[in-house]
Amino acid sequence: MSAISELSSISRKKGKATPEEKKANSRDNKAAYIFLLPWLVGLIAITIGPMLMSLYLSFTDYNLLQPPEWVGLENFTRMLTDARLHNSLGVTFTYVFIGVPLQLAVALLIALVLDKGMRGLPFYRSVFYLPSLLGGSVAVAILWKQIFGTTGLVNQVLAMFGIQGPGWISDPSTALGSIILLHVWTFGAPMIIFLAGLRQIPTMYYEAAKVDGATTLQQFWRITMPMLSPIIFFNLVLQIIGSFQSFTQAFIVSGGNGGPSDSTMFFTLYLYQKGFGQFDMGYASAMAWLLLVIIGIFTAINFIASKYWVFYDD
Amino acid sequence: MTTKLETLPTPETAGAGKPTNRRKPKVRESRGTLAFSKAQRSKALMKHAILILAGGLMIYPLLWMVVSSLRPNELIFREPGLWLNSLEMSNYTSGWSALTHPFGHYMINSAIVVIGSILGNLISCSMAAYAFARLQFTAKKLLFGIMLLTIMLPFHVVIVPQYILFSQIGWVNTFWPLIVPKLLATEAFFVFLMVQFIRGIPRELDEAARIDGAGHPRIFLRLILPLMVPALATTTIFTFIWTWNDFFGALIYLTDPDMFTVPVALRAFVDSQSATSWGSLFAMSIVSLLPVFLVFLFGQRFLIKGIATTGIK
Repeated sequence: MSAISELSSISRKKGKATPEEKKANSRDNKAAYIFLLPWLVGLIAITIGPMLMSLYLSFTDYNLLQPPEWVGLENFTRMLTDARLHNSLGVTFTYVFIGVPLQLAVALLIALVLDKGMRGLPFYRSVFYLPSLLGGSVAVAILWKQIFGTTGLVNQVLAMFGIQGPGWISDPSTALGSIILLHVWTFGAPMIIFLAGLRQIPTMYYEAAKVDGATTLQQFWRITMPMLSPIIFFNLVLQIIGSFQSFTQAFIVSGGNGGPSDSTMFFTLYLYQKGFGQFDMGYASAMAWLLLVIIGIFTAINFIASKYWVFYDD
Repeated sequence: MTTKLETLPTPETAGAGKPTNRRKPKVRESRGTLAFSKAQRSKALMKHAILILAGGLMIYPLLWMVVSSLRPNELIFREPGLWLNSLEMSNYTSGWSALTHPFGHYMINSAIVVIGSILGNLISCSMAAYAFARLQFTAKKLLFGIMLLTIMLPFHVVIVPQYILFSQIGWVNTFWPLIVPKLLATEAFFVFLMVQFIRGIPRELDEAARIDGAGHPRIFLRLILPLMVPALATTTIFTFIWTWNDFFGALIYLTDPDMFTVPVALRAFVDSQSATSWGSLFAMSIVSLLPVFLVFLFGQRFLIKGIATTGIK
């Protein structure tokens, strides 16, 4: 089961202790906690402790040099009037809500073409998967910066057709678009998950549909989509959570400043500038919590909406 | 032509593994006219055409970067094609020594972080996974739920206090902040991956070992670990690629050029160079991608299995 379906099954079965659990004896407990020790230390010292600490810091003014000074809700009221922060939220939302659906649509499309034991499948799969391994690297971001530059590869190709292209990453209206394209380019990982999912749909469903005279399109909407919906949902949740945290590409392509005119100023980039550029750690912590809440809300919406479109076979 | 056509796997025959299933389509095929198989063939041809076009478009920028790194610098802005008239290695030699240290220095730094991270993930995640998959203990469900939630936790929520913590113990500009969290199984994704794998190992094996008098450490080390080598391989490969590419952590913790890993070194390269030396920048970018590409080439079986099994039921 995927992490997501495990989580929802845990919350469903809450409260009921299985007979196995009741049997738990002290010897098992001791061994278990020894095996869990590194993870538990990490959970407390590297995850939960810092989380609580950053919650505290979000109510303070703190620059690393002087001790934190309690300022109440000031960081949060400041966020309400911070125009650059609002802009960075807009940039991030645009990136997430255009980039993720586009990437998943391409991933699904290619997976559908690739399905059904066609010739050369391993080769095609590798070609499409490779960019998703390289896409997060600084090197590819550098490549992107050149490709979409004023004299970059894209404009060189356009010039062959007599078209004078704009400087894609130096123009505020197209800079974000070229970073979204980089995200779409990395569709290989969700494609692999779709391929595995498609393989699990029993072929007899299609055979039965064919006997009943269903068209290819009907088969897609009535069989493929419902059967694949849990996997689409899984991809959607993970990609949205991941995309909200994108950082490297925008940082490298914009030279670290989110430009031109803040058009690629992702929320995480602004957070980095506040925290590690200006050492405004209190404000950065408040921003981090805002990000957590936003991601939490969209994940919750996703889960609630999933009841209406995700079909579980079991 | 027609004989060749029949050996081409059609969707119907390819999908049916068992001989009993195969009978039905065969009957239909014998009734089918030549036009039917022609349609099948042109459909397959169209699919290949789409895939080759899409795949070519995907890979072209990478190929172009490789070719451009072997060209005189000024051609990068004029030559969109892939033809090479001569091999120009000067971009590699000048790029290698363009920063404070030779580029190999940063690759060694990256290698240290990568090896530490791999060892950390293998040890700590497999231990936690054994407990979650095989042992009964108090608050197991709660802890397992928390572990799953931390997979989805945004890194940024903890980064500020983590930075404060590590800077107070004097770990800024050391590799410890990048390695120690892995020793403490904070990459919960791998714990989950290994739990999935251990659940697939028959419990009877554990019980047989227990009857023979083996305790948990022994069952874990002698029985489970050897059997979960594929999961360990997947973890190794993913950790390698993610750590090698990691930019944000290195950007925050490594500010001294002596300690730079490859991604931050490349970033310093971008910042220091004017637009005229794209050739050497490309050359070092390719050098930095090479290890990931090699791992992909030899380990893609584990990568694809890893993604597919954690992504679906």
